[in-house]
Amino acid sequence: MTASAQPIESSRVARVAAWRPPFVRSLPLRLSVFAICALWTMPTLGLLVTSVRNPLNITTSGWWTALLHPFEANQWTLSNYATVLSSDGMGNAFINSLIVTLPSTVIPITIAAFAAYAFAWVPFRGRGILFTIVVGLLVVPIQMSLIPILQIYSAGNLYGSFLGIWLAHTGFGLPLAIFLLYNFISQLPRDLFESAAIDGASHLQAFTRIVLPLSVPALGAFAIFQFLWVWNDLLVALVFLGPGAEVRVLPTALFQLIGSRGGSWHLLTAGAFITMVVPLLVFLLLQRAFVRGILAGSVKS
Amino acid sequence: MAVARTENPGLSRFGLPIAGLIGLGLCGAGILVLLDRQGGPHLLASIYDLLGNSAGATDLRNGSGDQVIAKILLAAIALTVGVGGIWLLFIGVGSLVSLLRPRWRDRILPWVFVGPALLLLAVFLVYPAAGTILRSFVDDHGQFTLRNYAVMTESDFTQILRNNAFWLIVGTGGSVLLGLVFAGLFDRIRRESLAKTIVFLPLAISLVGASVIWGLVYAWQPAGQPQIGLLNSIVVAFGGQPIPWVTTSPINVFAEIVIMIWLQTGFAMVVLSAAIKGVSGEIIEAARLDGASERQVFLRVIVPVIRGSIITVSTTIAIVTIKIFDIVYVTTGGRFNDDVVANRMFHEIFQFFDDGRGAALATLLFVAVLPVMYINLSNFRRQQRGA
Repeated sequence: MTASAQPIESSRVARVAAWRPPFVRSLPLRLSVFAICALWTMPTLGLLVTSVRNPLNITTSGWWTALLHPFEANQWTLSNYATVLSSDGMGNAFINSLIVTLPSTVIPITIAAFAAYAFAWVPFRGRGILFTIVVGLLVVPIQMSLIPILQIYSAGNLYGSFLGIWLAHTGFGLPLAIFLLYNFISQLPRDLFESAAIDGASHLQAFTRIVLPLSVPALGAFAIFQFLWVWNDLLVALVFLGPGAEVRVLPTALFQLIGSRGGSWHLLTAGAFITMVVPLLVFLLLQRAFVRGILAGSVKS
Repeated sequence: MAVARTENPGLSRFGLPIAGLIGLGLCGAGILVLLDRQGGPHLLASIYDLLGNSAGATDLRNGSGDQVIAKILLAAIALTVGVGGIWLLFIGVGSLVSLLRPRWRDRILPWVFVGPALLLLAVFLVYPAAGTILRSFVDDHGQFTLRNYAVMTESDFTQILRNNAFWLIVGTGGSVLLGLVFAGLFDRIRRESLAKTIVFLPLAISLVGASVIWGLVYAWQPAGQPQIGLLNSIVVAFGGQPIPWVTTSPINVFAEIVIMIWLQTGFAMVVLSAAIKGVSGEIIEAARLDGASERQVFLRVIVPVIRGSIITVSTTIAIVTIKIFDIVYVTTGGRFNDDVVANRMFHEIFQFFDDGRGAALATLLFVAVLPVMYINLSNFRRQQRGA
């Protein structure tokens, strides 16, 4: 990936000069881009505005009417958030989400980094076929794993435990982790490893002193992927962690809120926004690394 | 880059093994705490006892008190055991193996590196997949049967398949098409990155959260009452009757697909935009000199050149739409003729407790993604041969 980044950048410079259509700043183009951005923002904006409106106002008028007279202070409130965080248990679910997500992100990265290094640079028998299996596993639906793993978990008393969901997310995240890290690590220059071997470095030393420091971008990109995936996951959390208030995570809690407070938009919107805060922050702050990860994972030619 | 060798025989001979043993002991203790269902509270209670806070300890043992701290303690232990234990395993076994003769060392060491990953993949993906396929062909008593697949001959299943086909075609096609158009449009404006961020942002939002966001857009009140949903207020403003979007079939299927398109377009746009920027300026300039219009340049030059990326994006989104679960499960539960395979599977397992039929539906999903697996594998093979 690094090897190919350079020519793309330089051709981009050449292209910017050439690829400037005559109507660059034409009105229709700017209007349509503005319309697209408005369309894409509107739903989320509606959620955000509704979540801080007075419940009474929400049921009698659309959220956009509030924006017409924004300085009427009595229509705004934060009590919706206070309610869902405490009495609807979203606060507890938030902590559970953090507790589920952090180990489920860090552990697969560690395991996958070692495996990706061996697949890329340590020759061994069956390497090709094993890595092909990993690539094949990339698309196997999680649904295929639910029933057998649930049976194992019931037998091993792991259902509804954090250990169970950490292990499950680690297993389900590994194919993509190994694949992404392999794509990156296998592109590191061969000379590095040859000179390390000449200096008498073991594979372990090559891994800790060459591969890990140089792979920080790829490790970070996968970390963001896995973090967002685990934080936003509903299916795995429902199946292996369940709806118990002690362990349930944010998506489960929000789903239950829809069931119990169906028409109460003031609570649903506040609850939904609480589930979105962390991923949106992570995303906005680390967007570049995230995009790099997406490109490493999908552009294959 | 030169890699220095550790030249400290004293430390490596005694220090490392001792540190390793201590680490191993700590990891073992940590795993015991993790395996105990009440491990976190019990450990914290013991700590409180040591500190003399017996009231806090009693509260914890009774399931109240500082449960949050107990959970954080548990997560910290998981992180330490998960990461530290793995490192310990790799370094410890790695050092042991390096004591062997080079021939054996080179044979065993790679397996130490890939071992934990392969074990987890086998336990969480390979074994369950095989188990699910087998389960789909047996009844509750372990006898061979095809009856589980009879779920697919029931009359409402044609509707499920139809809905899944809509998801696959409209969902994937819509996301990729819009992503391509947006990538082309945004490429020509000054604030490209801002526009991209706006379209890309929904990708960070969970499908459950997105379902609530759009639930508000689709909100419906009987005619005559104030419409608080954006869509119905527009409909009413133009003199129409408010439409209950999520309960009216077949509109609801498309209303749900729109949620997915809203989320996935950003992904398609980012990948295709990067591909467009990789198209050589010379080709474009040559086409323009030949008198091609901007639209022709885009459709006849750029799109064919980035065909590979378009296929990759399409297959990636196709996988997501084939397995679609959350949006349907959250929006209606599939009760309004908008059911899909993954949602039905969930209900078979957890509502009707029919593992056999659930397994059959999971196997159906698996078969549906096999073409994508084939494409991925042949891409990968080609890449390997090229390298």
